[in-house]
Parts: sequence; C-alpha cells; structure tokens
Amino acid sequence: MTDISSAPILTVENLSVEFGQSRVIDNLNFSVMAGRTLAIVGESGSGKSVTSQSIMRLAENTGASYPTGRILFSTDKGEVDLLSLSQKEMRSIRGKDIAMIFQEPMTSLNPVFTIGDQISESLSLHKKVSKAEALEESVKLLKMVRLPDAEDMLKRYPHQLSGGMRQRVMIAMALACRPKVLIADEPTTALDVTIQAQILTILHDLQQELDMAVIFITHDMGVVAEIADDVVVMWKGKKVEQGAVKDLFATPQHPYTKALLSAVPKLGSMAGEAFPKRFPITVMDGETPRLIGEEKTQDTALYKDGPLLSVRDLVTRFDSKKGFFGGVTHRVHAVEKVSFDIFRGETLALVGESGSGKSTIGRTIQQLQKATSGDISFEGNPFATMSKADKQRLRQEIQYIFQDPLASLDPRKTIGFSIAEPIKTHDLIRGEKNIQKRVHELLERVGLTAEHAKRYPHQFSGGQRQRICIARALASNPKLIIADEALSALDVSIQAQIINLFMELQEEHGIAYLFISHDMAVVEKMSHRVAVLYLGQVAELGSRQQILETPSHPYTQRLLSAVPIADPTIKRDLGRLNGEIPSPVRRVGDEPRILPHKEIAPGHFVADAP
Amino acid sequence: MANFLMKRFLQAVFVLLAVTLIVAFAIRLTGDPALMLTQGAGSVTEADLMLIREALGINKPFFVQYFEFLKGLFSFDFGRSFMGGTPVADLISKSLPATLMLAASVMIISIAISIPLGIKAAVSKGKWADQTIRILSLIGLSFPNFWLGLMLVLVFSIWLQWLPPSGMDGFTSFLMPAFTMAIILTATNVRLVRSSMLETLQSQYIMVARAKGLSENKVLYKHALRNCAIPLITYFGLQFGGLLGGIVIIERVFNWPGLGTLAFDAVSGRDYPVLQAVITILSMLIVSVNLLVDIAYGLIDPRIRTE
Repeated sequence: MTDISSAPILTVENLSVEFGQSRVIDNLNFSVMAGRTLAIVGESGSGKSVTSQSIMRLAENTGASYPTGRILFSTDKGEVDLLSLSQKEMRSIRGKDIAMIFQEPMTSLNPVFTIGDQISESLSLHKKVSKAEALEESVKLLKMVRLPDAEDMLKRYPHQLSGGMRQRVMIAMALACRPKVLIADEPTTALDVTIQAQILTILHDLQQELDMAVIFITHDMGVVAEIADDVVVMWKGKKVEQGAVKDLFATPQHPYTKALLSAVPKLGSMAGEAFPKRFPITVMDGETPRLIGEEKTQDTALYKDGPLLSVRDLVTRFDSKKGFFGGVTHRVHAVEKVSFDIFRGETLALVGESGSGKSTIGRTIQQLQKATSGDISFEGNPFATMSKADKQRLRQEIQYIFQDPLASLDPRKTIGFSIAEPIKTHDLIRGEKNIQKRVHELLERVGLTAEHAKRYPHQFSGGQRQRICIARALASNPKLIIADEALSALDVSIQAQIINLFMELQEEHGIAYLFISHDMAVVEKMSHRVAVLYLGQVAELGSRQQILETPSHPYTQRLLSAVPIADPTIKRDLGRLNGEIPSPVRRVGDEPRILPHKEIAPGHFVADAP
Repeated sequence: MANFLMKRFLQAVFVLLAVTLIVAFAIRLTGDPALMLTQGAGSVTEADLMLIREALGINKPFFVQYFEFLKGLFSFDFGRSFMGGTPVADLISKSLPATLMLAASVMIISIAISIPLGIKAAVSKGKWADQTIRILSLIGLSFPNFWLGLMLVLVFSIWLQWLPPSGMDGFTSFLMPAFTMAIILTATNVRLVRSSMLETLQSQYIMVARAKGLSENKVLYKHALRNCAIPLITYFGLQFGGLLGGIVIIERVFNWPGLGTLAFDAVSGRDYPVLQAVITILSMLIVSVNLLVDIAYGLIDPRIRTE
C-alpha cells in the first residue's frame, strides 16, 4: 500500500452512460490511486462492466453515449478528460496507459494467432520496437506471470493452454506496456477456485511491483475481501456506497450493501452445526430492505430406510481421439469407480473443479449418458435389470436442473406449457383444467404467480427462470432432484433465495438432492453430506462437518483453502496452491490407479493421496 | 493435419469412383446411340446397328466399358466422340480452360466485392450503409441469371455496343458472363460475410484487440477476418460446385466455348464418351476444390493444424 494522500491517477466524475434512451449509469463518481486496488462490486445489471468499458471508451462500439461527466486521467503531460478524446487519441492510451483483462480467458485470446504474436502486438504498437525485441520482451512478461517454458509458450496457440494459463497470458498482454491503470473485469469468475487463488496472487504481486492502480470489477464479495483496498458498491447503475474494504464489510451503511453482505455465503460460518440450515435473508423491495424466511435447521434426511439411490463402482469414459483407421487412441476418464448413496430427504453435494467428473455422474444417473460399467440402483432396483417402462418412470422420479435456465427452457413455448409438459408426458393428472390448476400451484410455490404461465422465458430474469425450472422439476413429483450447478449463474441475493426454496421443498416433500457444485460456501449451507471429486474419483466422502471442519485428503484441504472468504480481516496463506489440475484424458491402455479408501471416522472415507 | 488430409484425399478418390460409376450407368439408361446416329438414314438393319455398336465399343458388358474408361482416365484418354470422332481429350482441353477462367473470374469478382461490403455492413449494422447494402443484395438475389445475362447483352452489346455479345475473345468478353453470375453469388455472399462478421465481432477477443489500442482496420482485417473466414471458406467451396453446375446455362447464353456448351451438345447427341468425360472432369474439379478448402482450414485455423 502506498501513500494514500497522493493524487488520484484516474477520476470518474458525474459519469452517466446511456444506450439509446435507457440510462444504465447515473452520476457515478470515484477515483483510484496508484498502487491501490479499487473494487467495483454489484450484481448483474448494476452497470459495473459498462463502467469499465466506458473508461476504455469501448462502450461506444455497442452504442453507448455519455450525456454527462468526465473521466480524468493524469498523464505525464497533465490531466486529460478521456471522454473528450477522439477514438484515435484514445488508441494511444488504450493498451499502453490503461489496460484491461476480461472475464472469459477461453475466448479472450484470438484462436488463430500464437501467444507470441498476441503479446508482441501491443509492444510493437505502442513501443515501436522490432518484432524480435517484442518477442524477447514477451518472454520476460510470460515469466513475470509465472508461466513455465516461456520461450516455448510463444509459439503455442490459445487452444493448447488451460483456462488458468490463458488468463496469465491475458495478464502478461495487458501488462506489456506497464500501464498505469489496469482494469480487471471479473478476471477470475470463469476459473476454478484453486486457479483463481493463483491468479489473484499474481495480480496482487504485480500490482506492488509495478505500482499500478487496479480497478477490479467483480460480483464476488469473497474476492473483494481478499484483494481490494477500497470498494465502490453499485446498484442499478448508481453508486450506493464507497469505502475502505474493512469499514465496508464491518459497518455497511446502505441497505443494499447490507442485503448483499447478508446474502453472501461465508465458508466456515456454519462451523459446529451438524445439519444444513436456512437463514432469513434481506431482500430489496424497491428501495427498502425486507427480511424474508426463517432460521431453521434442516434435519430432513432419513437414514433409517435404505438408500434412495445407490451408485457402485460407476465408470464413465468417452472416446476423445481416434487414429487413422478410426480406432480410439485416447479416452476421457470422466468417472472412475465412484460409489455413494443418497437417502430420502438428504442433500449430497458433489464438489470438485473442472474435469472432476461431477456433472458426468449426474448425467449418468439421469440416463442422459451411458455408463461404461458399474451399477446404479433406485429404491433397491438396479438400472441394469429395469424394464423400459420402469426406466421411463425413473425419468419422472429423478429430475434434473441445469446451470443455464434460459438454455433449458424452450424459447417458443410459454412457461405454462413447459411446466405442464412433464405432467402430460407421465400422465400424472388428467384434464386440462386440473393440469392448469397444478401449474398455477407450482408457480406460486416457487414464488411466481399464476399469470406468469402465459409468458415466455425471455420475459423473465435469470433468477425467475431458475424458479421456473424448479417448478418444472417439481411438476412430476420427483423423489430425487439433480441440481447441476443450478445456482452458479445467479446473483448472490437470488442465490440465497433459491437455496432457501430448495430447503423448504426438501422439508415439504422429502426430496433428496444430488447437489453438483464447485462453490464450497454454498455446499456448506445446503448439504448433509459431501463427496469431493478429483479426476473422476472420490477423494473424500463424509458429513458436511467432517469434510468442512476436518478435511483429511490433501485435495480437499487445497480446495477449501482456495475459497476466498468474504471477510477482509481473514488473510489466507496461498502458498500451497500451485500447479494445474491434470487432464482426465489418457491413452488407451493407460488405466488410472484406483485410489483405495479408508474409513477414518464413521461415515468419513478418505482416498489415498494420488 | 497430415492424417486429416490423407483421410480427405482417400475420401476424394472414393467420391470420384462413385460419381463416375453412377454417371456411366445413368447415361446408358437414356437410350441407344446407334439408333440416334442412324435416325433418318433410311433402312437400317439390326446387323448395321451391331456394327455401329461394335465400332463405338458399346456392345461390351457395362463393367468392361467402365474399366476401360477408368484406365483411360489415368492417361487422359477418354476415347473418341461419337459425333465426328474427335478425341474427347482434345475437346476437353479446348473447353476446360474457358470454363475454368470464367468460373475463377466469377469467384474472384464475387469475393472481392462481398468481403469489404459484408464487413462494412456488419460494422455499420442498422445504419444506412448496412440498409443500402442489404437492399442491393436483395435486388441482386431477385434476378434469374439467364434473364440478367440477356439484359446485359441488350444494354452493353446491342444498345451501347461496348462489349461483345458472345464468344471468348479477350478481356472484354469476360465481363458480361462473369458479372452475370457474380452478381447473384455476391448478393448471397455479402449477407454471409455480414452475418459471419457480426458473430465474430461479438467475440471477446475483438474487444481485447480494441482494448490493446489497435486501429479499427487492424481489428477488422487482421483479428476478425481470419476468424470469420473459416465458415466462409466452407461455403465458397460448396458454392464453386454450384457455380460449375450453373455455368452451363450462362455458357449457352453467351455462347461460351466451355465445358457447359460441350456437355449440352453431348447430352443432345447421346455422346457418352464426351458426357462421361465432362462430368468426370467437373466432379474432379469440385472434389479438388473441397480438398483445397480442407487445406485452407488447416492454414487458417491452428486448432485443425495442430490436432
């Protein structure tokens, strides 16, 4: 941290941004100093990304105009108002004095150019150096972001790198001309937590080294607590609060900030609780906060009856590469000898990072994917011996909720139709009137109204759409719901409400959930038991308390320590987080070693370290 | 990449075998050339017909004829025309360049116009430039090309007398037939380039390129074009096939001494060797263009090259 009294390097003054008639940013003010990180937080539609693109003057490409305001940037030649510059003048600042990194590392790099070309391009453009010098400097930059084999990396193409590696390349590219301001727009949102922790550390270290000002845009309060010096909270295009990070978390002033902070799940906040728990949450009703829900322990799991679903030694593999004559040479070992049970009224969380096989397990259970080997039984009946009719009935009793609610609703059908469809398919209720009545009940149960049935998916917000998907899942009276990252695309305030909805429904109907997630803090709130997956195998399985409070597998420990905690007073040691997650693709014949499990406490199974 | 090309090459060989077999078989369903040749020749006995068939080599079993044809293919020997006895290879080598040059000029004109216009339309989406380009493209699409050809002849050859109405004789003779076909292709391609470009411009890496401070031309022509070229090349490749088919009509309109005219005459005279050769050559062309498209993919897209 540098001298706070130094003059700001960038000041946004009374900035308003409009797209056509609609004003998306209204009278925004903030400033950022060299060597400090300003986090701009907000949920979807708060205008935080438009703010960053306006500073870069990139928002005009999508039709933005600036009716009021100035963006003052101090250059060597004095202060300039970025909004008064022509695009041509702006180009000499963009990428040189103010650089930006984006959310999606997988799509931020141009797929047809080498890494070397893309990094050296900025250098050739702004520093007027030769190609050879630019490439030499690129190697230094790649080493700076701690990428191994930097020379070799220059010749590689984006598709040959993992998401974490690509984001490091993006950082190297942004820092090529040693900018005074770095704008990072959700730079770690698309990454796994262990990779996120690595990227945050690199950003933090480089900021110190280069004495840059960083504007960090994020929706994740955990990340804010971890890296920010100052915070601007945005809501519906306006700044509602600004302050130093510790003050803001300790004594939030604006009701929206309070609501936001109350909705953020904090890993470790439920230490000592044996069961998952619902909490009342603050929601914004227009401008006024309102408390909804009640505190209630979720003691719904029925362990006395046999398991509802049993999975034994499940193996799912996909062919990935073929040889010249069509013979398979490589396979994705998505799931390897996974076993677990789910009981009535229980939530079992499957957690893990990309490539851990968690979604494949869900899809195999829902018969969307064929198992290579292994047994799955539902209520004691093995899938293998089930008749076609029984399997069809299973599609009614097991329901699936996907991550992207918009993609899983037919855009050309009313949501009433989509919810009624499973009722008709499985012939659960006869007569159009009765079916309509049931659809209306379902909509009301998930917090919508009967009138909504006539509308189309695009007329709803993301949170409402996920409620619709839940209503559709409930329509067939399922015994098990597989929720595959069902909360990941939602804003935290919405997420908190949906978590409570899930738990209420579990209490009412005794539904079991297979809750597939990468988010440990949500898992802590929701689940009775947790299975941690690593490269297709169960690394650790136990009750939520066992896994979260006494994690015993090194991978579980690593995963937990990587989760940023929404509390700026906690400083973490990220030393152990190095390296990438290995690929689950293997040559045919190169079988992975199946790690044996030990029961270290009743119900707490731990695999050997790989 | 080598693997990928090898596979495509074998596929191409297989396609050619299949096409020639189908053509050889189908042609023989259309009737007996011996009867055709002797039409109006007074009294012809069955023995005369036998003699003619033997002379033409069509009395042998079908597969023998087909294998002879294949054998000839390797030495560019397609036998002799039933009409006049000229070696088919000579006819082909005269008309193939005419068709190829015409087809190539059509493609070049169409690509040279549609790429900049399509990009212009995409970057000014919804503005007047985009609207104008789209309306022009719709107008271009609405003309049947034989009619357009005749209109061009009327205006430029008969009224203005600027361009020769038919035949292939120097640069000016290319203009009308090439533009007649290019206008319709361009009209489709502009829309294609526009939509492909619009999609590419949505990509995050375009925003990244702009955030680097690159000029708009660099962003469009370096970063965007190469990415949006991948779907375009596939389409241009397929289009070339369609173009060779459509060229028959235009060659008739402009009396162009190409494969189309040759094929037209061969069909009317049941001249098997010529027709078989023309279709084989055309399908070889189409197959090789698609092979070139595959190679171009590899050059443009490292994801294919490094697989």
